[in-house]
Amino acid sequence: MSGYLAWNEATARAVIDENRAAPGALLPILHALQETFGYVDRAAEPLIADALNLSRADVHGVVTFYADFRTAPPAAHELKLCRAEACQSMGGDRLADTARRRLGIGFGEATPDGRVRLEPVYCLGLCSVAPSAMLDGRIVGRLDDRKLEALLAEVER
Amino acid sequence: MNVKLFVPQDAAAVALDADAVAEAFARTAARRGIAIEIVRTGSRGMHWLEPLAEVATEAGRVGYGPMTVSDVDGVLDAIADGKPHPLCIGVVDAHPFMARQQRLTFARCGIVDPASLDDYVAHGGYRGLARALVLGPQAIVAAVTESGLRGRGGAGFPTGIKWDTVAKAGDGQKYIVCNADEGDSGTFADRMIMEGDPFVLIEGMTIAGIAVGATMGYIYVRSEYPHAIRALDTAVAAARRGRKLGAGIDGSSHAFHIEVRVGAGAYVCGEETALLDSLEGKRGTVRAKPPLPAHKGLFGRPTVINNVLSLASVPGILEKGAEFYRDFGIGRSRGTMPIQLAGNVRHAGLFEVGFGLTLGELVDDIGGGTASGRPVRAVQVGGPLGAYFPRALFDTPFDYEAFAARDGLIGHGGIVVFDDSVDMAHQARFAMEFCAVESCGKCTPCRVGAIRGVEVMDRIIADNRRTANVELLKDLCDTMKFGSLCALGGFTPYPVLSALAHFPEDFGLPPSRRQAAE
Ligand SMILES: Cc1cc2nc3c(=O)[nH]c(=O)nc-3n(C[C@H](O)[C@H](O)[C@H](O)COP(=O)(O)O)c2cc1C
Ligand code: SF4
Ligand code: FES
Repeated sequence: MSGYLAWNEATARAVIDENRAAPGALLPILHALQETFGYVDRAAEPLIADALNLSRADVHGVVTFYADFRTAPPAAHELKLCRAEACQSMGGDRLADTARRRLGIGFGEATPDGRVRLEPVYCLGLCSVAPSAMLDGRIVGRLDDRKLEALLAEVER
Repeated sequence: MNVKLFVPQDAAAVALDADAVAEAFARTAARRGIAIEIVRTGSRGMHWLEPLAEVATEAGRVGYGPMTVSDVDGVLDAIADGKPHPLCIGVVDAHPFMARQQRLTFARCGIVDPASLDDYVAHGGYRGLARALVLGPQAIVAAVTESGLRGRGGAGFPTGIKWDTVAKAGDGQKYIVCNADEGDSGTFADRMIMEGDPFVLIEGMTIAGIAVGATMGYIYVRSEYPHAIRALDTAVAAARRGRKLGAGIDGSSHAFHIEVRVGAGAYVCGEETALLDSLEGKRGTVRAKPPLPAHKGLFGRPTVINNVLSLASVPGILEKGAEFYRDFGIGRSRGTMPIQLAGNVRHAGLFEVGFGLTLGELVDDIGGGTASGRPVRAVQVGGPLGAYFPRALFDTPFDYEAFAARDGLIGHGGIVVFDDSVDMAHQARFAMEFCAVESCGKCTPCRVGAIRGVEVMDRIIADNRRTANVELLKDLCDTMKFGSLCALGGFTPYPVLSALAHFPEDFGLPPSRRQAAE
């Protein structure tokens, strides 16, 4: 997942300016910053607070409330496995255990070398082709041992 | 020869390599000198057959699925020579799964090009809006009320009454907000409409705007749906270009604008007041009601907030009339419900039908039992806050009141099927865990109760003072049920207590009397 810019204030300001006019602009701004830098740097919070006339605490509260917003640069790959009921009914828990074991990390953790982060997701709307996964935004249905092995090989390359 | 081919772009098909299949068709046809036009559609809803490629014939669209890239050459042979092929399912509309449905909301899904306004209009789109412009605001609200349409997001509140409240809430800025947060496990109907027929949602929102006097609409769509977001962006832009959005819609004096907003991974933001806070740029915490969003909603202004399916049902109601819609269904559940068959079920997918089929008909006949081939043991209806039903309750008709009478709910219409390998104590634990993860934190019974619930379930599973802990679990559920501000904390007891009531043996207790009598 390269292609992100390194954090810098000038670009951040431009991104904020581009999105600030819409009513309730905070989430669109945070999404735009994350698309640009891969995460929302702590240093962006006072800039956003200034632009939207909010307190820094307000902005920080929002950044930390939502599961989507990362506060540190992302791992090279992000593997999301659906942990919700429809995927459980098709053996999702067992595949999740395999992924954990193979990567040697738990959900919400990244490998020490920064190759991959394992994240839980609660439903991708692919419940009719469960279990499901998402690797760097690419969706996979009917996940099984073979498909999971291919995804793991891809992130370890 | 000229071949017109349809390959779904629905996320469920894409997750099974539909993009690669579409590319293989294009490449192979080019190599073989076959003139081919490939349209990327939504899905028909027969997800066990995805990717399902369809070819236009005089008899109708003929389907081939489930396709893999290696099947492409053979299927092209079959199309060219009209020869049989093992993956051919015949005319798609005549397939028993399709023929048994009553597709009103999903009439065009899987058929039209979701990126083309012209195709939408060619398939009867925007007739509802035309009728709405003739009728005027009051008569639109009356038609929606008379249709009996109830909110498809879960609560089942009459849509017409909600619109009437906003229509009568004075002048000034009002909003239409579409709840496209679809967080429930086992549900994907909103996603399918947004990806397969997004204009019907845009048309429904536009009609809502005219009905209540709102000129601005927001679609709040969850970030887990990147394909739906793209389809919506494309359709909204096309509608603007075609003057179906903006000022002077269809030459009338009405204006309506739509903006697509993306959520950020919080289940609770599907709750309407948390969603409004999130749209305003705040943490997604639930607001106490009153005031209702209809009086004080987005930015403090009167707001209609409706689920995707509620809004997408409106154009058809306007076009065909309130009576036409009301004539489907039973009791106080009028019209049709797009039912989502999910999890361990053979014929997984979307099945739209008038209310009233029994749970057993849906799971066994239409769903075809489990995908694993093992016996069906439990089904969870209505998402993570819905109850688990055992086979003994399979005579329950799909109807808001009938499910409520059996301590369940139909919610957004998702049915998740489990075979006999399921451990219901584990499922009860998960319900508590999910509530703990997703709680907005505003009230103690939910925030703290769910964490306690996980601990209590852990002790029950570990056979640690089982009987006492089951009593504690019941008490805890009682506290959550009656002390929570919203249904996240308030309804989590449904899956927990239903698992306990119907599958006590999984909690180390004697089997229930009902099972003993079977
Ligand atoms: C925790 C929670 C999550 C919800 N999630 C959704 C959702 O994802 N989509 C939805 O339409 N309604 C959801 N609802 C219901 C909404 O609060 C609200 O009833 C609905 O948007 C109203 O629209 P309708 O009348 O068209 O159903 C949720 C409710 C709760 C308590
Ligand atoms: S029940 Fe839970 S999610 Fe709902 S308002 Fe209370 S704390 Fe928030
Ligand atoms: S439950 Fe896993 S995709 Fe819906």
